[in-house]
Amino acid sequence: MLTLSWLLPLAGALLVMLVPNADGRRDGVIRWLSLAAAVATFGVTMAIWFGFDSESASFQFVERVPWIPAFGIDYFIGVDGISLLLVVLTGFLTPIALLSSWGSINRKVKEFSIFMLALEAAMIGVFLSLDLFLFYVFWDAMLIPMYFLIGIWGYDQRVYAAIKFMLYTMAGSVLMLIAILGLAYLHSSATGAYSFDLLKLYALDIAPQTQMWFFLAFTLAFAIKVPLFPFHTWLPDAHVQAPTAGSVILAGVLLKMGTYGLLRFSFPLFPEAATYFAPWLAVLAVVGIVYGALVAMVQPDMKKLVAYSSVSHLGFVVLGICAMNVQGVQGAVYQMLAHGVSTGGLFLIVGMLSDRRHTRLISEFGGLKAVAPKLTAAFLIITLASIGLPGLNGFIGEFLILLGAFRWDPRFAVVAGLGVILSAVYMLWMFQRVFYGPVTHAENATMRDLVPREWVSVVALCGIALVMGILPSLFLRPMEASVEALVQRVQTAQTLRVQRTEP
Amino acid sequence: MLALIPLFPFIGFLINATMGRRLSKGLSGAVACAAIIASFAVAVMSVLQIAGMPADARVLEQVVYTWIASGDLSLDMTFRLDPLGAVMILVITGIGSLIHIYSTAYMHDEIDSEFARYFSYLNLFAAFMLVLVLGANFVVMFVGWEGVGLCSYLLIGFWFKKQSASDAGKKAFVVNRIGDYAFVLGMLFLFTQFGTLDFARLATIASAMPVEEGVFGAISIATLLLFIGATGKSAQIPLYTWLPDAMEGPTPVSALIHAATMVTAGVYMIGRNAVLFSHAPETLFIVAVIGAATALMAGTIGLVQNDIKRVLAYSTVSQLGLMFLAMGVGAFGAGIFHLYTHAFFKALLFLGSGAVIHALHGEQDIRNMGGLKKFLPVTYWTFLIGSLAIAGVPFLSGFFSKDEILYETFHEGHTMLWLVGAITSFLTATYMFRLVFLTFHGERKGSGIGDQGSGHDHGHADPGSLIPDPGHAHGSHLHDAPPAMALALIVLAIGSVLAGYIGVPHALGGHNQLAAWLAPSFQASAAAPGVGGGAELFPQAEAAEEAEVISEEEAALELTLMGVSSAIAIGGILLAAFIWLKRRSIADGMAHRFGGLHRLLLNKYYVDEMYDATVVNPIHVVSRDALWRGFDVRVVDGAVNGTAAIVAAGSNLLRRLQTGSVRAYASSMFVGVVVILGYYLWR
Repeated sequence: MLTLSWLLPLAGALLVMLVPNADGRRDGVIRWLSLAAAVATFGVTMAIWFGFDSESASFQFVERVPWIPAFGIDYFIGVDGISLLLVVLTGFLTPIALLSSWGSINRKVKEFSIFMLALEAAMIGVFLSLDLFLFYVFWDAMLIPMYFLIGIWGYDQRVYAAIKFMLYTMAGSVLMLIAILGLAYLHSSATGAYSFDLLKLYALDIAPQTQMWFFLAFTLAFAIKVPLFPFHTWLPDAHVQAPTAGSVILAGVLLKMGTYGLLRFSFPLFPEAATYFAPWLAVLAVVGIVYGALVAMVQPDMKKLVAYSSVSHLGFVVLGICAMNVQGVQGAVYQMLAHGVSTGGLFLIVGMLSDRRHTRLISEFGGLKAVAPKLTAAFLIITLASIGLPGLNGFIGEFLILLGAFRWDPRFAVVAGLGVILSAVYMLWMFQRVFYGPVTHAENATMRDLVPREWVSVVALCGIALVMGILPSLFLRPMEASVEALVQRVQTAQTLRVQRTEP
Repeated sequence: MLALIPLFPFIGFLINATMGRRLSKGLSGAVACAAIIASFAVAVMSVLQIAGMPADARVLEQVVYTWIASGDLSLDMTFRLDPLGAVMILVITGIGSLIHIYSTAYMHDEIDSEFARYFSYLNLFAAFMLVLVLGANFVVMFVGWEGVGLCSYLLIGFWFKKQSASDAGKKAFVVNRIGDYAFVLGMLFLFTQFGTLDFARLATIASAMPVEEGVFGAISIATLLLFIGATGKSAQIPLYTWLPDAMEGPTPVSALIHAATMVTAGVYMIGRNAVLFSHAPETLFIVAVIGAATALMAGTIGLVQNDIKRVLAYSTVSQLGLMFLAMGVGAFGAGIFHLYTHAFFKALLFLGSGAVIHALHGEQDIRNMGGLKKFLPVTYWTFLIGSLAIAGVPFLSGFFSKDEILYETFHEGHTMLWLVGAITSFLTATYMFRLVFLTFHGERKGSGIGDQGSGHDHGHADPGSLIPDPGHAHGSHLHDAPPAMALALIVLAIGSVLAGYIGVPHALGGHNQLAAWLAPSFQASAAAPGVGGGAELFPQAEAAEEAEVISEEEAALELTLMGVSSAIAIGGILLAAFIWLKRRSIADGMAHRFGGLHRLLLNKYYVDEMYDATVVNPIHVVSRDALWRGFDVRVVDGAVNGTAAIVAAGSNLLRRLQTGSVRAYASSMFVGVVVILGYYLWR
């Protein structure tokens, strides 16, 4: 089942590859084919969700096949409550991203579809991997399609952005690779055999001093991905230059790789180091919350604004993880999902605007409410979701994170809460300048409202935002056991550390 | 059944929001009105149901489902109705219904889709306010709390093409969010301290704790944070600045915000948590002082404003200040009493001003009005009743409630605060009757728009609307309120006269039924569901019993104070009559002689300008120049690009060394050898 979920989009990519389309006449076939593959994948991810046992904290649907036995490398995959929903999120967003490209990608449609599906396969693979080597393979495999998506189908400065994205991420992953190899070595010196098996590595007793270095190596890679302040400057460029589909996936799923990595690797593998570094990470997180919001406020470019708002929102996620209590971590995972939906939605609609007008500058718009009321309503709902209005998805995550942070150290919650005020400022200000007022540019007066294809994605996103706000238990329940186990694990290590240092 | 109360207007919202553009105006309006009236009907039934219960067990509760569960946090979507909530839902749905009905006429010049949009927002506003009031824990309350902020944003900015309207809407939301920030922190603090956010449980826990007299303990901190939230929602210092700007919205919306929904939320919140607040006397004192200061400040500003709605807006801020004063001195019943009477006359006044604006096709400046009395008789008489009520003229509703606040303040020993309250009352009477006299009395002024006998159809644009109304002729002379509007005005006028009689003080031989009704809501109740063994002992809010045994001296004191406040009200009216009816020149002379003061008041103490200069602009400039262009682009990207540049330059330098010239290699070798030898020899 799990293997199917990442092989299916890959198979779709291969199938697309087989369609001869040198003259672009079969663009339509390719679009439908890739959409079908993505929708089928979404179906599989939903099936995994329905088959998932919420009561259990352990990994489910586990598949294990030896791959390179000499080094203890297995093809070892499985889901728990934390990765489950991220897999579903990936399955949900990819068809939407593909749909968004129907109007805007007219060049090399075949290659585009292949890269999108390959990207989906790699992303799902990242969330499923329980073997660190396998994880690293998927992690790096993910970069390649994204690099091309930005570099080929992006806007005018796409090459600079693509290279910046690549270098930033590679800088982090190289250190992580060394740390992964180091871990396997540690395992061999402790037990006599190499292993990349996450569960075996969890059981490893690593000296606190060593944990520090490993933690830093892993966390740097993840911090760049999140991106945590001050490693965030690749993000605005990548987002602004990426095509809409790329931005949706980048914001919706790719950024979560960083926070997912913190939850899956940095914290549980090196709990003592994590406890030591958590306050420092949290400082960066809250600085990022306020900083991202302030910088978002003054952006003239809509995509940049949304990109900086991601820095702010992901700061919340990191803060929740650092708090390492049930509310904080559940809030963090919830916020990851919520951010995927609402920021994915924001990029989607900004993309629609930029398709129509070929500009992303806020000052080029104004008064659209009178011209395109449906689009306006959709954007308003997504905006409200993004600023955490109760009843929509953003609130649940933010509230739980703030509660978790407050219980851990109220000072963090006090500063982070400022982000709640600022998000209203920058989002509503943008909304006002784009949609309210008189129509100031003649080109805007004839802008068309949502077409049915766009309508489908927008309704899906708004619907999910509402469901997540009203029935959060649907999503909180499956992750509960896993989160509790994780928190338990880190906290036990923390008490151990106290015992070690006291006598 | 309780869930139906907010559900009806919510369904109304959904219908108009999704199908509204295809519905005719009559149908959209009917749907919205039916929704809120249905909600009112259920509210009345529910209130009758709890009225039939014994006094200490008047609670209805409905757990809809478990909303958020995470670890030890379990938040239910629970609605609870108690006597306090009963007063609130009747006000919201009752006065809300009248405002809906009034709006069908007032907004009639909008096109179909805009009309439906307006009513969908109006329904949503009521729904959120009802959630706020019926919510049994802080987080459900917060849903409504933020929701009304959203609706105010949407409705204040309803005429979105107008820059000032969308600015005002945004300002309302953002200022409210600042308060909400503190409110959230207060919630978090309460949960970490007490492990629950349910109002009844919190009250029970708090009632078992000592009163934090002279210390600033946990309850004091939490209540202070909550109160900061209330200053945002209820427009108190320092977060009141959004409310006067909120008049950019359609006038019935102002009525809704100022009377039935939104601004009363902060007062209600304190009443709902009366037990917590009375365990934090330090916070209560702050509440009282802020309330009194706001009342006075807003009253002085109201004295010189020239926009009919702006005067009313400042009067709301001022009256809310009095309510907070009441809450602050522990007279929770008096505060809620004033909230309730104020809802009648303030809705009346705003709707009346709407009728004036409607008749004058958007004119709002009272300097351009005058003499409207004979053209708009219904509006005039009802507006006059509202003004008499708010001024505190004896035996109208405002008299009883304001008087109770002043009496309680004095009785609790806050003589200074009482004085401030009394001065505010005087100001209220004066500026309200300045408004009445300038608008309705004297000579008809204005530039002929809508004047009698002009006989043309003037392209009637609604106030603020930039869409010219296609060929809607408005007749030849000033129209008084059409039936739907007149109905609302008359019902509210009756209410403004009679509403006070459920709280006639004992000194006048009445029974303060409202105080007795509310009393159980202000104490930790053993009857509250889900609460084991409540504490009966509670220092506050035994108003009912206390009042029964009122002594002779107290009655005498109350009568004296009542006389004083009546004199104040009538004095204020007479002063206004003297200046603005007899000697208009005095006002101009005063404005001239105290030019500085007049400008200061006219410009609202320059508070908005101050906020802009000290907070808004610096944040903007720093974010743009220091953070974004400075740190992000220069420092971080500079470092990243710099690293790349250094690597490139270094490679370039290395490349230059490979010149291929044998002589250069030889000479550099020679220099190298000399340096090395030199080093060893020198050493």
